[in-house]
Amino acid sequence: MSELNNQPLLEVRDLRVEFPTRRGTLVAVDGISLEIAPGEVLGVVGESGAGKSMTGNAVIGLLASPGRIAGGQILLEGQRIDNLPYDEMRKIRGRQIGAIFQDPLTSLNPLYTVGQQITETIRTHLPVSERDAKKRAVELLEEVGIPSAKERIDHYPHQFSGGMRQRVVIALALCADPKLIIADEPTTALDVSIQAQIITLLKRLCREHGTAVMLVTHDMGVIAETADRVAVMYSGRIAEIGPVQDVVKRAHHPYTHGLMGSIPKIGHDVERLTQIDGSMPRLTEIPKGCAFNPRCRDVGTRCLVERPILEPAGVSQVACWKYDPDGTGGTIEREVANV
Amino acid sequence: MPILARMQDNIARFFDGDIWYSFKQSKITVVAAIVTVVMILAAFFAPLLSLQNPFDPASLDLMDAFNPPVWGEDGSWRFPIGTDDQGRDLYSAILYGSRLSLLIGFASVIFAMALGVTLGLIAGYMGGAVDTVIMRIADVQISFPGILIALLIDGVARALLPGGRHDELVVYVLILAIGLSQWVNFARTVRGSTMVERNKEYVQAARVIGVSRPRIMVRHILRNVMGPVLVIATITLAVAILSEATLSFLGVGVPPTQPSLGTLIRIGQDFLFSGEWWIVIFPGAMLAILVLAVNLLGDWLRDVFDPKLR
Amino acid sequence: MIALIIRRSYQSIVVMLVVALLAFTMFRYVGDPVAMLVGQETSLEEREELRVKLGLHDPVPLQFARFVVNTAQGEFGISYQIGRPVAELLKERMPATLELAFLAAIFALVVALPMGVYSALYPQKWLSNIFLTVSLIGISLPTFLIGIMLILLFGVVLGWLPTFGRGEVVSFGNWTTGLLTTSGWQSIVMPAFTLGMYQLTLIMRLVRSEMLEVLLTDYIKFARARGLADNAVHFGHALKNTLIPVITITGLQLGQLIAFAIITETVFQWPGMGLMFIQAIGTVDIPIMSAYLILIAMFFVVINLVVDILYHVVDPRLRVETSKGH
Repeated sequence: MSELNNQPLLEVRDLRVEFPTRRGTLVAVDGISLEIAPGEVLGVVGESGAGKSMTGNAVIGLLASPGRIAGGQILLEGQRIDNLPYDEMRKIRGRQIGAIFQDPLTSLNPLYTVGQQITETIRTHLPVSERDAKKRAVELLEEVGIPSAKERIDHYPHQFSGGMRQRVVIALALCADPKLIIADEPTTALDVSIQAQIITLLKRLCREHGTAVMLVTHDMGVIAETADRVAVMYSGRIAEIGPVQDVVKRAHHPYTHGLMGSIPKIGHDVERLTQIDGSMPRLTEIPKGCAFNPRCRDVGTRCLVERPILEPAGVSQVACWKYDPDGTGGTIEREVANV
Repeated sequence: MPILARMQDNIARFFDGDIWYSFKQSKITVVAAIVTVVMILAAFFAPLLSLQNPFDPASLDLMDAFNPPVWGEDGSWRFPIGTDDQGRDLYSAILYGSRLSLLIGFASVIFAMALGVTLGLIAGYMGGAVDTVIMRIADVQISFPGILIALLIDGVARALLPGGRHDELVVYVLILAIGLSQWVNFARTVRGSTMVERNKEYVQAARVIGVSRPRIMVRHILRNVMGPVLVIATITLAVAILSEATLSFLGVGVPPTQPSLGTLIRIGQDFLFSGEWWIVIFPGAMLAILVLAVNLLGDWLRDVFDPKLR
Repeated sequence: MIALIIRRSYQSIVVMLVVALLAFTMFRYVGDPVAMLVGQETSLEEREELRVKLGLHDPVPLQFARFVVNTAQGEFGISYQIGRPVAELLKERMPATLELAFLAAIFALVVALPMGVYSALYPQKWLSNIFLTVSLIGISLPTFLIGIMLILLFGVVLGWLPTFGRGEVVSFGNWTTGLLTTSGWQSIVMPAFTLGMYQLTLIMRLVRSEMLEVLLTDYIKFARARGLADNAVHFGHALKNTLIPVITITGLQLGQLIAFAIITETVFQWPGMGLMFIQAIGTVDIPIMSAYLILIAMFFVVINLVVDILYHVVDPRLRVETSKGH
């Protein structure tokens, strides 16, 4: 049992995801490493296009072609899963690793009842009878908070509201009791009032089942509420990773700092919200050295040439030359916007 | 001259862009395009390339009928791929026939496009009762096969115009018939796009400034809609060529003295059993290649303009 | 559901009336009905008498109403050329066309479905490419050319199959069928194949493109994420969702088949309604033309209605007038 404490549930080592286009090979995820402990919630936050969804897709083995894993390893409980044949990976999906996607409306097949979809999934992974599977399905629906579950199990997806549908999706993801769930923007498509409900539900269920979560989102507020640790991604790389309170409060990486400053906080009166000049570079135009250097107010000479690696900074890790223990970072004279 | 410079600029940009790249990549499409162009040119220059004028009854000699191609018994270079039952040189007949088919095909498409795009713009922009009426008609028409509509129009025209007059006007009747059977696809697509564009800000801005409605429709919305229209036009061209061939084959198309590819095939069918196979095979092959080439172009165009595949 | 049927029926009747109006206009005003019915020697007074008897001087709406009533009772007038009641002629020729159309439809469906599914699931395999090429050729080759090629190969060169006519037919009641004799089957093979070929390519391309789209949807991705087996994903989910639009369009195509039969019947001299129609156009036999128009319209309208209802039965989103739960 001490093994369980030390060995991470999921380990991603130096993952690289590319997709070949006629303009050359684009790198969407460029050598990221992270770990998720059993039962832990790891947030993966970043702008659209930062590579967070790709990371999630790669872990569960559903990278849309022509994307492919071009380097690195993904290990589940110490075993490599990135190089498994299709059939082996299929057995892991749903049973060991589950997934939740953004849009609950399009995630469910409109032609099958909710009950049919749940029982089908249960029976794919567990040797139970149709009747037992249906019983379990009703229980699951009750667990996720769907009223009158016994009747609604025979309803079709279009008969549920958005929030209810996402609950069904969560039930589906959890029905085979996986150890890890990749939640890709689970609340983005929902009304703000529903978002909180769903997040609370997800948190509670995962805690009760002991399920780990990779929570991918661009919403820092959701992360702050839900995650234990957080990885900040930028341009396919991890800028900062650490316990959520530390990253949010200390915001070591200049990008993280900018992110935090751009969130309006109740009770804090500011004249202007922080805005980071410029935008995340396109995949075809990633700068040399640190990807953030064109927008960074603390940019140094080394940042322009060498890509920073993750180094410890307190309890977190940062990929920024400012925190380099050798102290070779410096500041270049540059026009900086007033923050 | 700014216009010339702008044109050069546009041409340069075209060759640098996605469309040309995708075109070059697909070898089949390049072949198809070349074939199409060659055929169009050959048809256009038919009088120069032919050995005789098959449309001129005076130049035909019945004694020349049923000559086999040059490699057969009694074949001669005067009629390289044989003659038909009227003594027409098949090679020339195919050239002239293709020309006629292409002429009718293009004209029908242009007619259908003009009618369909106009109605589509009006329906999409005006909405309301106008839209409902136009779309209702379209809905009813689309469920009938085009060939049936073309047949009916042709039949009615035949009944309304006395014999001689009909022969003179038959080409126009065919263009009208085929064109009328194909406008719906244009109209529907244009209407859809118009309804989308109509709500966009640049249109509303134009209206606020006071630009007149027709002007908005033509100058602004039309520009954004031309892509899909081009795709439909190519496909419709193939359909039009096939329609004309079918009508001629059925005997209700071009007059027998000016045979198009369809007519030649019909003539040829009668002589299959007596062994004069060339009268059917060569025109048939020409027709098939022509339509195939146009379809390939249309397929490629569709892939190019499909936003999902970009 | 009842409301739907009523609404659709109402629309169908409107369409039929419009078509009837067109047919009536053709019938009444194209050419001179009287001139068609009498010989050269008939005097002007007799012609005038005939006009009155036929009701040609009555107010137009009355004539139209009479036309509609007659048509509804199956009274289509007398053929100018053949001199027999059109209704009789239609009844005689209908079995030939319907048998041909149904056989062609079944052939097209049975072959095209697997082809389309296969080429969507395994787009890289060479068989898929072959299917695609065949479909492109099928769409580019005019129906009559396909028929002639078949005649050339199987009739002239190989001499295996008859190249015209229906062969021996067996009649019972109003129906004559060629499906009970060997020569009947031999005669129907090539025409059915020819007629069905275009539909086959259409259906195959449709199935393929629909399925490709479905395979990219979120619910398929989610199904895979739940670890469902390939068979379940492909056939249980993707195929089912693909079939719905396919059913609709295929049903509508059935009506097109009956009209396309015109060409096939001409190539193979198949004694059906289509051949009769073409001959009628050549001889400007208006009663047959207008009757054919109405008959075809009726087929279309009925088929559209059935397909619509079927669609509503099959797609749960349209079926249930629902209250959303919270």
